[in-house]
Amino acid sequence: MAGEPAKTGNHGGIARAPAAGERIADRLFRGGTRVLTWLVVLLSAYIVWEIGGSALPAIREYGLGFLIGTEWDPNAGKFGVLPQIWGTVYSSFLALLMAGTVGLVIAIFLTQGFLPAKLETAFRSIVELLAAVPSVVYGLWGIHVVIPLLRPAADWLHAELGWVPFFGTTLSGPGMFPAALVLAIMVLPTVAAISQDALRAVPHKMREAVYGMGATRWQAILKVIVPAASSSIFGAMVLGLGRALGETMALAMLVGNSNQITLSLFSPANTLAASLALNFPEAGVVEAGALMYAALVLLAITLIVNVIGASIVARSTRRLEGQA
Amino acid sequence: MAIAENLVTTAFAKDAVLDCRLDRLHYGSFQAVRDSHIPVHKGRITGFIGPSGCGKSSVLRCFNRTNDLIPGFSFDGQVLFEGSDIYAADIDPVAIRRFIGMVFQQPNPFAMSIFDNVAFGLKINRYKGDVAARVEEALRQAALWDEVKDKLKRSGLSLSGGQQQRLCIARAIATSPTVLLMDEPCSALDPIATQRIEELMLELKERYTIALVTHNMQQARRVADNTAFMGVDIAGGRRTGYLVEFGSTDQVFEDPREALTREYLRGKFS
Repeated sequence: MAGEPAKTGNHGGIARAPAAGERIADRLFRGGTRVLTWLVVLLSAYIVWEIGGSALPAIREYGLGFLIGTEWDPNAGKFGVLPQIWGTVYSSFLALLMAGTVGLVIAIFLTQGFLPAKLETAFRSIVELLAAVPSVVYGLWGIHVVIPLLRPAADWLHAELGWVPFFGTTLSGPGMFPAALVLAIMVLPTVAAISQDALRAVPHKMREAVYGMGATRWQAILKVIVPAASSSIFGAMVLGLGRALGETMALAMLVGNSNQITLSLFSPANTLAASLALNFPEAGVVEAGALMYAALVLLAITLIVNVIGASIVARSTRRLEGQA
Repeated sequence: MAIAENLVTTAFAKDAVLDCRLDRLHYGSFQAVRDSHIPVHKGRITGFIGPSGCGKSSVLRCFNRTNDLIPGFSFDGQVLFEGSDIYAADIDPVAIRRFIGMVFQQPNPFAMSIFDNVAFGLKINRYKGDVAARVEEALRQAALWDEVKDKLKRSGLSLSGGQQQRLCIARAIATSPTVLLMDEPCSALDPIATQRIEELMLELKERYTIALVTHNMQQARRVADNTAFMGVDIAGGRRTGYLVEFGSTDQVFEDPREALTREYLRGKFS
């Protein structure tokens, strides 16, 4: 048989076929990674299954009306989560708008040769430190620093521009804008770090090409380098959004826990995660079931956002790299 | 022979669009090139040959100040572009690069459509004319039009290596730069693509002045009008390149003045 020498590995040279032990180790390694991968998938499925199971009675009871109901009154047995859905989505997108803009600017500033390399590393670490601050500390900081700091500006905006829906109410304390602002700071390190990696990953030869054509620094950055990194930067935004949607503690402390749907930035609001955290400890059986349903809705929103985000990233990568 | 040489020398003095008078080129404390005075002539192809590490690419990259992007780079000497020194303090390197275009060793199209790649230079120069017509013309000159005319909206990165390099040439010539620098433009390409690019260079010579770095001596022989042969000193493990000989390609290849050139051409060292 022609394949025989390869198996015995006897050709008189140094090269030899892998020994039986090596082959077994290889197979074990491959098997192990496969098992662990499936474990993660199964774990996710199990979590969805469990929450779905606990939510099932509430789903039967309230149906899809749960999603468009605007009242949450355990005593009257009325449960609707539209204000929480609105608050979750509104606060997350506001936070992403701020964190995305600032994060991208930081990433550009720290990767495009504006600073000496040592300072770039130092600043990068400082931005990443923001991720190490516990959520509850952000909440406290928001209550004691951010809200008092915002109040004069908010009052002025309401007085002068009260007809604009965004400034339709005064800032009486906790509310949408302080919550979204703190949320933005929490999401910032994620967005900034991944955007920096994306910008660094733009091949040096592409940078040479654009500067070699006589582009100014801003032309090079805005027209070639950022677009070349755009799909990964968008990926950073999606991750940031995912984090913002699920953030709980700081929002529970800052958003005001009031179920209303309004564009006003200064009015108190609520989010799914915050209301889960605040209501679970004192919930009776019926309300607990409704909260499980709300948890399932939150899970679905994050899942949908991530799937849409991932598919947009994949599509824009294909378009940029010409595989489409 | 003496007459021919005189003619060449006279022509050198007259027609140099770019006159490189490099005394020293450093990257940090490392001296990469010394004493290389090389003229680049209007309407001709000037080839740069020499062993690895002789600094031929470094010299070429001085011609439009692309080296400025490298931290630690410093340059002693002058590069006269139409008579004025591009390293003078009041010169904006961005402006220089618009007049002296460059094609790099590795094809490096932007992550945008084929059309936008070629139109890029027109946009940054705020070209007011018919962009589409210029793009088509540049792609035709780069011998790429027929292959891409139906897919101008596709990404430049979707093309093959040889097509990408021709796209980069089209991008560089779309703005009709005065000089085109080519840094081993064929080193990443197969022989067929290389031949196309060489034919292209000969055609482009009609309109543009070209400076070409190549590790392929036969390529210099085939396309270059003048050739600069650079050598390298190895002292204490550090390599410093310098100009050994400059002349018409025929003279450098057939009757080199320097023994070093002769040995290199005979393949005694690389």
